[in-house]
Amino acid sequence: MSDHPDKPHTPQTVPRKSATFDDYTLSEIRRAAATGIYDIRGGGAKRRLPHFDDLLFLGASMSRYPLEGYRERCDTAVTLGTRFASKPIELKIPITIAGMSFGSLSAQAKEALGRGATAMGTSTTTGDGGMTEEERGHSAKLVYQVLPSRYGMNPDDLRRADAIEVVVGQGAKPGGGGMLLGQKITARVAAMRTLPEGIDQRSACRHPDWTGPDDLAIKIRELREITAWEKPIYVKIGAARPYYDTALSVKAGADVVVVDGMQGGTAATQDVFIEHVGIPTLAAVREAVRALQELDMHRKVQLIISGGIRSGADVAKALALGADAVSIGTAALVAIGDNDPALEEEYQKLGTTAGAYDDWHEGNDPAGITTQRPELAQRLDPVKAGRRLANYLAVMTMELQTLARANGKSNVLNLEPEDLVALTVEAAAMAGVPLAGTRWIPGSDA
Amino acid sequence: MTPKRVELDLADLSVRQVNAALQAADQGIFHVLHPGGEHALACGLDAPIEVHVDGHVGYYCAGMNKHASVTVRGNAGTGCAENIMSGLVRVQGDASQSLAATGHGGLVVVEGSASARAGISMKGVDIVVGGDVGHMSAFMAQAGHLVVLGDAGSDLGDSIYEAEIFVRGSVASLGADCEEKPLDEEHRSILAGLLQRAGFAVDTATFKRYGSARRLYHFSIDHMDEY
Repeated sequence: MSDHPDKPHTPQTVPRKSATFDDYTLSEIRRAAATGIYDIRGGGAKRRLPHFDDLLFLGASMSRYPLEGYRERCDTAVTLGTRFASKPIELKIPITIAGMSFGSLSAQAKEALGRGATAMGTSTTTGDGGMTEEERGHSAKLVYQVLPSRYGMNPDDLRRADAIEVVVGQGAKPGGGGMLLGQKITARVAAMRTLPEGIDQRSACRHPDWTGPDDLAIKIRELREITAWEKPIYVKIGAARPYYDTALSVKAGADVVVVDGMQGGTAATQDVFIEHVGIPTLAAVREAVRALQELDMHRKVQLIISGGIRSGADVAKALALGADAVSIGTAALVAIGDNDPALEEEYQKLGTTAGAYDDWHEGNDPAGITTQRPELAQRLDPVKAGRRLANYLAVMTMELQTLARANGKSNVLNLEPEDLVALTVEAAAMAGVPLAGTRWIPGSDA
Repeated sequence: MTPKRVELDLADLSVRQVNAALQAADQGIFHVLHPGGEHALACGLDAPIEVHVDGHVGYYCAGMNKHASVTVRGNAGTGCAENIMSGLVRVQGDASQSLAATGHGGLVVVEGSASARAGISMKGVDIVVGGDVGHMSAFMAQAGHLVVLGDAGSDLGDSIYEAEIFVRGSVASLGADCEEKPLDEEHRSILAGLLQRAGFAVDTATFKRYGSARRLYHFSIDHMDEY
C-alpha cells in the first residue's frame, strides 16, 4: 500500500546478488585488485563436490546376514607391501596418517601425530624436508617420502624408515610443487632443507632424476637396492588420471599406490590450483581399482585412498569401492586441535573464524600446529594431542566395524561395491554403483 | 696391511648380489666386472671402500653414496651419484643427465662431458666436469660448487639458490635469477682446490663465476616476468 494516497504503489524486488558474482567472488576480485598477487592458502578444495556422503550402505536384508554388533569379530588389520618388500608393513587399522612436513607443521604437531598413530597401531608419514627425530622417535611405523625437492633426503633415514613413498603428486595440486613461505623457514627448517633462512621456498614439481614411468621403474629399483628390498615402496599420485596413473605405478613396480583426491589438503598453494585442478576423491577410487583389477593386481598391490576422509563411514565406503586403506591429513589436524572454536577470539584477530582458518602458510596458527613460532607451537601438548588423535582413530575404526558388521562382513576388507548405492546420478556414475532404488549405473556398459 | 682386492663379476652375479657384497663391506678394493649398463650399481654404499666399475653403467650408479670412492671406467647413465652424501665418484667417460642430482656432499668428477641438468637441486656436493654440461645445469642448485671446464648449455643456474658455478668456456644462456659474479681471490682459491682434488691442471683465471642474483627469494609482483 502506498504511503501517499494519491501515488500508486510500485512493488520493489528484493536486492538480488549474482550467483556468478557471489560475495566470495567479489571479495576475491577486490583482494586481487588491491594486492596484485594470487591467493595462497592451505587445505584442500572447499567447493561442494560429489563425495562419500552421496553413497549409502544397504545393510543386511533377506539375502545378507548381519553380524552381531558388539560380539562377533570384525577384523581391521591390513598388510601393505606384499608384492615385493621382504618386510611388509602391518597395520592394526586401515587408516593411516598422510604425509605432512616438519616445516609446514610444528615439531609438537608431528610428535602428536606419531603418538596418536602409534597408539592405534598405524603409520604416519614424513613430508617435504626430511625426517625429524621427534617423528621417528614417536612413530612406531613411519613412511618416508621421496619428494621432487629431496630436501633432507638421506640414505640413513631411508634405511630406518618402515616404508618409502615416492610422491608424484598430491590431490590438492596435481602437477604442483610444495610451497613454504619465508615466515616458516626458521633456522632449523632452513638447515634441514639446505636453504637460506627466511626465504620463500618453492619445491620442485618434477623429480630431478627421473621422467615418466620407465624411469620411475629404475628409480624404484635403486631405492630397493639401497634398502635391500626390505621396504614397501608406495607411489603417491594426485587424482587426475587415476586409471592410467595407477596402472603405470604398478608397471613401475610399486607395492602400494596412494591416490589423493582434490579434497586432500596441502600446506600451501594457490587457491586457483586447489579448486581447479584434479578430480574428487570419489571419482578416483573406482578408476584406480579398475586399473588394478584389469592387471590382476587388486589386493596384490594395495590401494590407499585419501582426500576428505572424515569418518568411519568414509573409510567403509572407500574400502567397499576397493581400497585397502585410507589416509587422513586434515581430519587428523582437526583432531589434534586445528580450527578449534575455543580459539575463536584469536581467529577473529587473524581476520577469519574457526572452521575457516586456512592461512597455514603464514605460520600464525593459534593452535600451535601449522606454525614454527615457538610461543605458538608450545601451546600444543603432544601427549594430549596424540591422545585425541588416538581417540578419533578409535571412533573411526568402531564406526567402520559397525558398518561392516551391518553388511555382514567379518573383515572390513570384505566390504564390496554391491553393499552400496548412490543418492545422486553423479555419485552413481563416479562410484560405479546403482542410483538408490534403481539398477541404473550411469556410464556402465551393462 | 694391504686392503683385500675382490672381483665381482656381473657375468656370474646379479646386481643384488654385487650390491649386497659392496654394502656389507667396511673396507677393501672391489672391481665390478662386466657391468653391461646395469642400473643402480654400487648404490647405497656406506663405508670407505674403493670400487672400480670396469665398463659402462646405467642409471643411478653410486646413488646416495657415503664415504666410498667409486670409479666408473666408462660412461654413466642418468642420475649418476644422485643424492651423494660424501665420498668420491669419478666417471672416466661421459655422464648422462641429472648428474649428482640433489647431492648433499662429496665430490663428483666427470672426465668427459655431462648432459642436461647436471647438478640439479644440488645441496652441497662439489661437481667437476672436464668437458661440457647440457641445458638447465645447476637448476635450483642450493649449495655446493659446479665446475665446468668446457661449455655450458642454455639456462645455466635457473632459479639457483646459494650454489656457485664456475665455467671456463662459453655459456649458451643464464637461467632465471642467475648472474655472473666477480671471480675474486677467495673464489679462485676455492676453484683451485676443486680442480686440484679433481685432478685437472688448469689456470683458475680462465673461468667465470656465476651465482644467484637473489631476486626471486621472495615472491614479488615486480618480478613477474621471471616467474
